[in-house]
Amino acid sequence: MAAVETDATGAVHEDDGVRRRDFINLAATSFAGVGAVAIVLPLVNQMNPSADVLALASIEVDISKIPVGSAIKTEFRKQPLFVRHLNPDEIKAAEDTKADSLRDPQTLEERTKGKKEWLVTMGVCTHLGCVPLGAGAGELKGEFGGYFCPCHGSHYDTAGRIMKGPAPKNLEVPEYAFASDTVIKVG
Amino acid sequence: MSFPWANHYEPQHPFMRYMDEKLPLPRFIYNAIGGGYPVPRNLNYFWNFGVLSGAALMLQIVTGIVLAMHFAGNSALAFDSVEHIMRDVNSGWLMRYAHANGASMFFIVVYVHIFRGLFYASYKPPREVVWLLGIVIFLLMMATAFMGYVLPWGQMSFWGAKVITGLFGAIPVVGEPIQTWLLGGFSPDNAALNRFFSLHYLLPFVILGVVVLHVWALHLPGSSNPTGVPVKSEEDTVPFHPYYTAKDGFGLGVFLIVFAILVFFAPNFLGEPDNYIKANPMSTPANIVPEWYFWPFYAILRAFTFDFFFVPAKLLGVLAMFASILLLLFLPWIDTSPVRSGHYRPLFRKFFWFGLMPCIIVLGYCGGSHATNGVVLVSQLASVYYFAHFLIILPIVSRIERRCRCRTPSPKACLARLRPHNRGLEKNGSHYRFSGRPVLFGHARLLGHPHRLQYGV
Ligand code: HEM
Ligand code: FES
Repeated sequence: MAAVETDATGAVHEDDGVRRRDFINLAATSFAGVGAVAIVLPLVNQMNPSADVLALASIEVDISKIPVGSAIKTEFRKQPLFVRHLNPDEIKAAEDTKADSLRDPQTLEERTKGKKEWLVTMGVCTHLGCVPLGAGAGELKGEFGGYFCPCHGSHYDTAGRIMKGPAPKNLEVPEYAFASDTVIKVG
Repeated sequence: MSFPWANHYEPQHPFMRYMDEKLPLPRFIYNAIGGGYPVPRNLNYFWNFGVLSGAALMLQIVTGIVLAMHFAGNSALAFDSVEHIMRDVNSGWLMRYAHANGASMFFIVVYVHIFRGLFYASYKPPREVVWLLGIVIFLLMMATAFMGYVLPWGQMSFWGAKVITGLFGAIPVVGEPIQTWLLGGFSPDNAALNRFFSLHYLLPFVILGVVVLHVWALHLPGSSNPTGVPVKSEEDTVPFHPYYTAKDGFGLGVFLIVFAILVFFAPNFLGEPDNYIKANPMSTPANIVPEWYFWPFYAILRAFTFDFFFVPAKLLGVLAMFASILLLLFLPWIDTSPVRSGHYRPLFRKFFWFGLMPCIIVLGYCGGSHATNGVVLVSQLASVYYFAHFLIILPIVSRIERRCRCRTPSPKACLARLRPHNRGLEKNGSHYRFSGRPVLFGHARLLGHPHRLQYGV
C-alpha cells in the first residue's frame, strides 16, 4: 500500500497507508469467519455422544457366585465387563512375570483393588475392540492362560496384561470399588 | 473438446436448435459421450471398465433408493427391517440382493479399471489428475461400502464397525475422542447406525460428482490407448458414438449376465453367514472378516504385530493400510519411465505379472483367512513386497528401462536398427508386431513413427 494514491478521478490522496476499504474488507471477512466457526462448531459437536448415551448408570455386580478359577461376563456401558476370580496358580503366574519386561508395565497389585484374587477388566481388546475369549467356560485362554482375542491374535496373561499380539495396552480396569465382600460397584 | 478434428454438433431439428441456444445440454452430451468425442480406435476390452463402473454406480443408486424406502435406520429395527425387505416387501429380496451383489460387482469392475491404469500407466501425464480423482473415488467408494455394510446390523456389521472405527483409536492422543465422535458413543449403537445411514445415502451422490470431474479431466487430453503412443490424427480415432457406445453396450451385456448369475443363483456366495445373526455387542464372531473387496488392505492392517521403535504395532498397521492406498496418489511421479504401455516395458511387465499381481492376490487371500501365525507371516512378506514394488522396484525399473536411442528419420531405418536386438518390432505386411504380439489392430499409424517405439535394454 503506497502512501500516495491516485483515485479514478486522478485526484491524489495522501494517507498513512491504510485505506478505509482495507479495513472494511478485513472486518467483513473476520466477521464472516467468526460466523462460519459459530456454525461449524455445533455441526461438528452434534456428532459427539448425546446426553442419553452419556447418562450411563453405574452397576453393581454380585461376585459371590463366581467360583475360584472362573469368570463372568456382564455388561457395563454397553460394553462387556469381565470379573475373574483368580486361583492361586494364576495369581502366582501373574506375580512371577516381571512387570518391567512388559509392553504396558503394571503389576497385578496395581491392577486390583486390594484383593488380588479379583480381577475386574473391560472385555474390550485394546487393539481394535473385539471381545477377547477366556471369560466363558471352555473358551480359549491363549498362551498365557488369561484372555485371547481371536480377531488379530492378542494374548493377555492372568492379570489381563498384553503379552503378545498387536494390542498396545493391558485390558482396561474400570473405576470400581468393593461395596461389600460380595458386591462390587462399577462406574 | 479434445482434438481439433472432433465432429461438430449441428442440430437439425428446430427444437434441438432452440435447445442449443437456451440450454445446450444435448451439445454437452454429444461432445462428452456422443459423436463429438474422438476415441483411439485401438482400445481393447480393458477400456470398457470405466463405463461399467458408471453403470454399477447407477445400479447402486437406483436399488439403494428403493431399499431406503423400506429400511429403518434404528438399531432396534434395522435387522428386522432388512428381513422385512427380504420376506414381505414386493421384490424386496431382488432389490437387496441386487444392491449387496451390486456392491461386489462395482468393486470388481473398479479393480479391473484400476488394474488397466496400472498396466498401461494411464496415470502418467497428461492424465495424472484423472488418476488422482480416480483414487478419490476409490476412497469414497470404500467409505460408502463400509457404511452400507453396517446398515443391516448383523454380527459382521456391528463388529466391522467396531474394528474399523477402532482404527482411528490408534492415532495418538486424539484417537479415542475421534472414535467416540465418529460413533456418537463408546461402542457402535443407534447413533452410529443412524449417521452411517445418512452418509451412506449421501456419499454415492458425492461419488457421482467426482465421476463427472474425472471424465471432464479425461476429455481434455482424450483417452489413452494400449500402445501408450498418443494419437496423432483423425485416422487414429473413431467417434465415441456409435463405435464405443456399441462396444460398451456389448460389455454391459456381459456384465449384466455375470451380475444376474450372482443375484439369482449365488446371492450369498460373497457374503458372510454371520451377518444373518443380529448384532450382539457381547460376543465377537470367531473370525471377523470384512467384505472380500477389503481383504488385501485388511491383510496389511493385520501384518503389523510388532512395535517399531516408539511406534506401537496398532498404529503401524493403520498407517500402513492407509499408506497402501495413498501411495497410489504418487504413482504418476514415482514411475518416471517415458514409456507408458506395459507392452513395451518388458522388465516392468515381468514385475507387474510376477510380482505385483501375485502379491495382491496373496494379500487378498490372507485378509480373508483366520489370522494364524503362518497367515500373518505371509501377509508380512507380501506387504513388504507391495511397498517395495512401488517405492523401490518401480523407480529403478523405470530408470533402467530406456527408450530406443536411435533418431532415424524413417520407420524403415528404425526397423533396421531394432532388428539386431532381436526383441523389437517386426513388420508383416501392414501389421507390426512387438515381441511377437500385434501392436494394434491392423493400424500401424498409431505407433507414431516406429523409431519412437521404446524397448527394454
Ligand atoms: C457407491 C454406491 C453404493 C455402494 C458401494 C453401496 C454398498 C452397500 C452395501 C455393501 C450394503 C450392505 C448390503 C447387505 O449386506 O445387505 C448396502 C446396504 C444399503 N444401502 Fe447401499 N451402496 C451404495 C449406494 C446406495 C445408495 C445411493 C442408497 C440410497 C439412496 C443406498 C441405500 C442402502 C440401504 C438402505 C442399505 C441397507 C439395506 C441392506 O442392507 O440391504 N445405497 N449398501
Ligand atoms: S481386536 Fe483384539 S487383536 Fe485386534
